[in-house]
Amino acid sequence: MAEKPTGRTATSSSIPLWRDVRVLRVAGQILFVLVIAAGIWWLMNNLQTNLDKSGLNIGFRFLGDTAGFPISEGIAYNPTDVNGYAFWVGIVNTLRVAVIGIVLATVIGTVIGVARLSTNWLVRKLATLYVETIRNIPLLVQLFFWYFAVMLTALPLVGDSIRLPGSIFLSRRGLYMPWPVVTESSGVWTWYLVGGVALAVAVYVIRRIQLKRADRPGFPLIWAAVALLGVGIAGWFLTPGSPLAFDIPVLKRFNFEGGMWLSTSFLALIIGLATYTGAFIAEIVRAGIQAVGKGQTEAAKALGLKKGLVLRLVVLPQALRVIIPPVTSQYLNLTKNSSLAILIGYYDLLNVGTTIFNQTGRAVEMILLIMASYMSMSLLTSLVMNIYNRRMKLVER
Amino acid sequence: MSVTKDEGIIICREVHKWYGDFHALQGISLTMQKGEVVVICGPSGSGKSTFIRTINRLEVHQRGQIIVDGVELTHDLRNIETVRREVGMVFQQFNLFPHLTVRQNITLAPVWVLKMKRAEADAVAMQLLERVGIPEQADKFPGQLSGGQQQRVVIARALAMKPKIMLFDEPTSALDPEMIKEVLDVMKELALSGMTMIVVTHEMGFAREVADRIIFFDFGQLIEENTPEEFFHNPQSERTKLFLSQILH
Amino acid sequence: MRADPPRDTSDQHVDESPPTHPGNSSGWAGGGKNGCAVSKELPPPTERIPVLRWLKQNLFSSWPNAILTLAATALIVAVVYGLGRWALTEARWEVIPANLKLLLVGTYPAGQLWRVWAILYFLGLLTGFAAGRRRGLVRRISLVACAASIALAVLPFPLVTRGWLLGCAGAIAAGYGLGQLAKLARERRWIRRVETTLWILSFPVSLIVLNGVGGFLPVIAGRNQWGFMLNLLGAVVGIGLSLPLGVLLALGRRSKLPAIRIVCTAYIELIRGVPLISLLFMASIMLQLLLPDSFRPDLVIRAMLTITLFSAAYMAENVRGGLQAIPKGQYEAAYAVGLNGALTMILIILPQALRAVIPAIVGQFIALFKDTTLFGFIAILELLNISRSVLGNLEWRGRIFELYVFIGVVFWLLCYSMSYVSRRIEKSLGVGER
Repeated sequence: MAEKPTGRTATSSSIPLWRDVRVLRVAGQILFVLVIAAGIWWLMNNLQTNLDKSGLNIGFRFLGDTAGFPISEGIAYNPTDVNGYAFWVGIVNTLRVAVIGIVLATVIGTVIGVARLSTNWLVRKLATLYVETIRNIPLLVQLFFWYFAVMLTALPLVGDSIRLPGSIFLSRRGLYMPWPVVTESSGVWTWYLVGGVALAVAVYVIRRIQLKRADRPGFPLIWAAVALLGVGIAGWFLTPGSPLAFDIPVLKRFNFEGGMWLSTSFLALIIGLATYTGAFIAEIVRAGIQAVGKGQTEAAKALGLKKGLVLRLVVLPQALRVIIPPVTSQYLNLTKNSSLAILIGYYDLLNVGTTIFNQTGRAVEMILLIMASYMSMSLLTSLVMNIYNRRMKLVER
Repeated sequence: MSVTKDEGIIICREVHKWYGDFHALQGISLTMQKGEVVVICGPSGSGKSTFIRTINRLEVHQRGQIIVDGVELTHDLRNIETVRREVGMVFQQFNLFPHLTVRQNITLAPVWVLKMKRAEADAVAMQLLERVGIPEQADKFPGQLSGGQQQRVVIARALAMKPKIMLFDEPTSALDPEMIKEVLDVMKELALSGMTMIVVTHEMGFAREVADRIIFFDFGQLIEENTPEEFFHNPQSERTKLFLSQILH
Repeated sequence: MRADPPRDTSDQHVDESPPTHPGNSSGWAGGGKNGCAVSKELPPPTERIPVLRWLKQNLFSSWPNAILTLAATALIVAVVYGLGRWALTEARWEVIPANLKLLLVGTYPAGQLWRVWAILYFLGLLTGFAAGRRRGLVRRISLVACAASIALAVLPFPLVTRGWLLGCAGAIAAGYGLGQLAKLARERRWIRRVETTLWILSFPVSLIVLNGVGGFLPVIAGRNQWGFMLNLLGAVVGIGLSLPLGVLLALGRRSKLPAIRIVCTAYIELIRGVPLISLLFMASIMLQLLLPDSFRPDLVIRAMLTITLFSAAYMAENVRGGLQAIPKGQYEAAYAVGLNGALTMILIILPQALRAVIPAIVGQFIALFKDTTLFGFIAILELLNISRSVLGNLEWRGRIFELYVFIGVVFWLLCYSMSYVSRRIEKSLGVGER
């Protein structure tokens, strides 16, 4: 075989650029960035041209203009309020649905998940039926079912509302229920509550010190909670008059007055989201509990721990470690899925956002606002999750 | 400074490598002739694996020169590709491609890199499998083979590229004891057939039988190199003596 | 309700006769050959009748369990009775067959429906062919598809449709026959290449045939009104196009070059942080602002584009998981043998990575299929949206429950089958870990 060409020295200055690994690496990045930048520049250019044509430009001052459209539910709002505030109402509505939905979904998911592992064959099969049915039907179909089919068709008109115990009325208009309202004596009771909190803190600290001295584990939090509860209840009876009154809904000519009102779209959204996400959480809970090997329970029992302690000290901590990350992403899914509210007439942030767009024509700004809102919720959840993960790791080491 | 093949098939001059602040290779200089079998030994972390991996550019050296068969290893892409084609490597963890059969593992590189025709590559593969003693395993998947058989396939895979130099990075360390011999036998046959080999190993029996030189590494430095006779009977440095006392029990 | 893992109830057989000792002529009651006492084996102290024993073990093992069983039974009876009564007496199921064509293929001209059938037949043939050549899951799938076609043909559809359905079963059977023949052939590799190519080609060819191409087949207008077909097309196009894009994004996210890594990570996190419906909103409103006037894609193209870009981010995360599982040694072995970066990726790394994430990809396909119901938001008349126009028809006003039950069942059947297939694949690949 012929001799290879020699004469190369060790200095890198003689390597032709197009073969130098380091150059190629940097060049690759530069090329990539250039291509992306060129693409973005082209899009922005088009954007500018089109905006100029319609005489608009990007700016957020329109948020200070009067909204001029009604929002039928949520915090106090008037069509004379500004767009920015209207959007905020939408965000609060989304958060309302998200929080209540997450709580309900967790409850449903935990119950069904544990049921999937029950010793009772019937209960087990029913739970499996629930999970397999709900998971394989699109969420939107379920939401439409709850809203259009159940709420708007199956429920009676306002005049013939279903009356549930406790003055709760259910009809096609929505759910009306009593809601606590402050009275003159509320102020007095508040002082009792403040005192209760102070006492609770004191009890907590004292108990902690006690436990530390005795070097035993315990739950000072429970003592504090009992203290608070005790003072609160005592204060309730001791205040003259009644600290809280209940505003009871009363049927007037066309509608109910008083009390708290939950619209049918809100109810449908909550039920649909909670049952749907609950099915996924059930699977996660089941997998988490099953992930704790049988040997763990056996070893704990062999050590003499009672059933409750086995669950609390051995099974649950290990199961939770496996359960919490995927459940958190389900919470995030629920929050994102709440955007389907727009299709069943609930004024969440997407709905309000698109309404503002329809009124003002400000596409780019509203898109940015809507995306930013959802991104913040996602990033917040990821942040909390990361903190939790890191804490779990520390505890392990 | 120009270089001719007469000086040696592998020439290392003052090779240094750092991992961050850790000085892994501290000025290694070594020359090897064609057909030589060199065994590198030393305690773990002494830089032996790092060193032989710089020879086929799986690790990048920061200072010094490495010249393989007249081609210097620099940032030049063409040089790197040339060297990799001429140097074959056998890993401690086998690293066979699990989704391909034994035959496909061996023919992959010749077909795609040497642009060989498939039939020709197949013939080469069967030839090599016979040479390492397991022609009947040709159409099985790596997961179905024992450790010793897998390592022999790795040797066949490396030989399929017709390399001038073979590097062995602790080839028998991951094997069960009863399978070490079959692999060592193949390596011995390879050495006797005239292949240039650098072997990082703890198998001193192999070294005594086949090595032309034994090199002792410690803390990133080349401490001692000698013929096997001299190395085992007349270790020069204290560290060599200590190491030998630890492994020859 | 205890959270113990379910007891194994599979051993239903009860051997009530006492076991005899083979070789011991004195039977079970007597002593051994040496005269020393042999233990007498007694039957277990349980219920004699197997059914009762099972009931006691699984439903009534304790007081709380017994109460649960009764409560659950009451619930089941109430629900089944209520639903059954409604389904058989009050419900008017005629709304479904009367609107079946509208729901399934929307406003696709009836005279051109042969194209849909042709595509189904072609796919049936390929499936049957694959089943004929292999065993296992593929064979089971084609059997189920065949049986389903025949079962559907029995239902009260117009005669022509039933004919087409039977033909479908025939296509699958024909493919099966061809597959069996192919097993006898010698040039296996060539056949496999042809089969793979046909599968890959079926994707764009089906789209072209459905849509029509100027010159050959007349183009069909009103693409956004094709009913359930749009759900299927959306899901298939979404997964098909997002797979290569997702692979690129995953590779980019793992790249050592910071510029590429940052851009890819930003894209993935942005898309995954917002709901699909907001992206559809963006597609319908903002897309025309970002594109020059001359380029105005229609609604369906926009929906497909959006769902592809959306799915690519999730696909990237799936593929990234697979890539992370590949040990570094595979890269090293490939480099040591002389393969460059691109060849290493294509021949060694990606085949292994993708094989590992097939279950995740199927899961994503199911989720995507469910998400296609959101297309209604941008005025695309897929199944859910087109059912509204059915309800708008005076004749079918108020038949809302029947329609939604139908839609639910259709989606459920497809999604459940797909998830069943995914679980079988997972098992056969041995990827059964949590």
